[in-house]
Amino acid sequence: MEYIPNIIFTVLLIAGVGFFASNIKKMIRNIKLGREVDRSDRKGERFAQMARIALGQSKMVRRPVAGFLHIVVYVGFVIINIEVLEIIIDGITGQHRIFAPFLGGVYDFLIATFEILAFLVLASVIIFWIRRNVMNIKRFIMGELKGWPKNDANYILYFEVVLMSLFLTMNAADFTIQQGVLSGQFTSEAALHYINAGSFPISGFIAPLFDGLSFETLHIIERACWWLHIVGILIFLNYLYWSKHLHIMLAFPNVYFAKLTPKGQLTNMEAVTKEVKMMMDPDADPFAAPDASEADEVPAALGANDIFDLDQVQLLNAYTCTECGRCTSECPANITGKKLSPRKIMMETRDRLEDVGAVINKEGEWKDDGKTLLNDYITPEELWACTTCNACVEACPIGIDPLSIIMEMRRYLVLENSAAPAELNGTMGNIENNGAPWPYNQMDRLNWSKE
Amino acid sequence: MSNNLVVPTAAEFIAQGKQPEVLFWVGCSGSFDDRAKKITKAFVKLLNKAGVEFAVLGAEESCSGDPAKRAGNEFLFQMQAMMNIEVLNGYGIKKIVTACPHCFNTLKNEYPELGGNYEVVHHTSFLKDLIADGKLTIEGGKFKGKKITYHDPCYLGRANDIYEAPRELIEKLDAALIEMKRSRRNGLCCGAGGAQMFKEPEEGDKDINVERTEEAVDTGADIVAAGCPFCNTMITDGVKAVEKEGQVEVMDVAELIASAADL
Repeated sequence: MEYIPNIIFTVLLIAGVGFFASNIKKMIRNIKLGREVDRSDRKGERFAQMARIALGQSKMVRRPVAGFLHIVVYVGFVIINIEVLEIIIDGITGQHRIFAPFLGGVYDFLIATFEILAFLVLASVIIFWIRRNVMNIKRFIMGELKGWPKNDANYILYFEVVLMSLFLTMNAADFTIQQGVLSGQFTSEAALHYINAGSFPISGFIAPLFDGLSFETLHIIERACWWLHIVGILIFLNYLYWSKHLHIMLAFPNVYFAKLTPKGQLTNMEAVTKEVKMMMDPDADPFAAPDASEADEVPAALGANDIFDLDQVQLLNAYTCTECGRCTSECPANITGKKLSPRKIMMETRDRLEDVGAVINKEGEWKDDGKTLLNDYITPEELWACTTCNACVEACPIGIDPLSIIMEMRRYLVLENSAAPAELNGTMGNIENNGAPWPYNQMDRLNWSKE
Repeated sequence: MSNNLVVPTAAEFIAQGKQPEVLFWVGCSGSFDDRAKKITKAFVKLLNKAGVEFAVLGAEESCSGDPAKRAGNEFLFQMQAMMNIEVLNGYGIKKIVTACPHCFNTLKNEYPELGGNYEVVHHTSFLKDLIADGKLTIEGGKFKGKKITYHDPCYLGRANDIYEAPRELIEKLDAALIEMKRSRRNGLCCGAGGAQMFKEPEEGDKDINVERTEEAVDTGADIVAAGCPFCNTMITDGVKAVEKEGQVEVMDVAELIASAADL
């Protein structure tokens, strides 16, 4: 009987972590639906970039208010996880505050730090909620955030409030019991289990609310908070997969794999290079039979019509996006009322990817559902509003590249569907015929020098 | 007025058995657009004054392919690129200067994978070096007391991280350089990039160039300086749209320098 809590805890822990892991496996499977892309180069620079941008939050603080608050929550999250480690070990072994005897005074310092961070996180999260729900900040109330994305953002904040409150209440009850034991008021064996450890600068202010309560009541409060806290963490962990909150993990690989070449450099399409070289080679045999090794290959689409045509880093980008909207708030097209929103490009890409994943979950393999990312999720009007100015790429705090997705879809529209806007067809016709976007004769290119 | 421009072609250099120091890539705007041709001439005057042995390709130059690539037409882009690379490599060109950030970006970043490897510099960086080397001197008297704001072209700034060279040139003019709120890496696009120059904008509330011009005009600047022929066109149109013609001038950095040197 004595071990029942330990067993329940261990089962919950394994189930919680296991279910999360199985979902992450699905996510990785989904990402691998994309084309392979080689980002194994320049490892040193990639680690440095990850350290600076993901770990160091250097791009977050470009907007100082949100950046500062985010760092508080981020540091709080990382540091308080040390306490979660102790809670897990306590849960499995049935100990209470197992780290305390080993750490002595350091333990008091750590608990005090956790408490102060928990309080700061609580305060920051409340400010975040006000920014999101009261202050009418444009990027938080735009069309694409209506419905689930808005609720998702608020649920995350509520989770944080509940978890931090439970943690502080638990400590307050613990502290009150410790005081009772020290004063000789509580003498039962169960009460002596609460060793005198920790320092409680924040929950010390909650403790007076518990004055005069019996040990049994305090014990129930402390245990209830303890259980709800750890179960809450497990639920939150599993919530991540359905939420925009995956960035807390994916930001790191996402920044690591982000493009290192100049922002203005678009990818070179190798398949096209091969064709063009053949066309320009005077010795090429136009009737040559295709290479036997390539005969069975299905030629890949030029550009992107669906998530299968995007590369794996672009799909990772989609899962990593936190929908903060910094990209959209800097996008010249969006600022001037066009339909394009880089954030929506990322959200639609993820939605499509998850819809495809759901079919695979159900059917065991991909079965065409009659939809594609292009047209059913993202319209040509959005794509043609882009000026390729890279403001969205520059704005993203975690290295997402919406422009690369826009470009791949434009390529598909033009190369596979010949569906460029009419004026651009005229422009391209001019380039093809006379080497300039306007209908001027190439032989007149030097006329300016004589005018 | 510009009858005394010296503009040798690469073919003429080769005919004399010589190699130019640098190739001036004029670009389509610089060759054909009436406004941009003035920028081209201003830059050539400075090159002539500094005694730079440069050549142009003339009728052998063709569109770099930037608008085609950004419109999604990779075929047309690569055709253009490979034709140009054949010409450039044929002349043994090592270094290229251009006044167009779109050509600059494409030649510098997108030609190497297709066999075109050159040192490519934007004309603002090139002018800065000429001044640093003492080959060109400028006096700012003419612009004394004027307020100049600089608009960052996306393909020079964010795309290639060049923010300071044009600003350093403007600062040499003794003018007051005032920044717009959205500048350097946060600079707002003029609306022309990504082949938008050649199409009507998609439906919206406002044109991007008007949004940007309003910001520039709000600084109280007398002159909006740019380093890109497309930005120049867009902001010039924007100045008309906000009815500030005659009060606010749009000038390329090369024009400012040439004008200061009384060329």
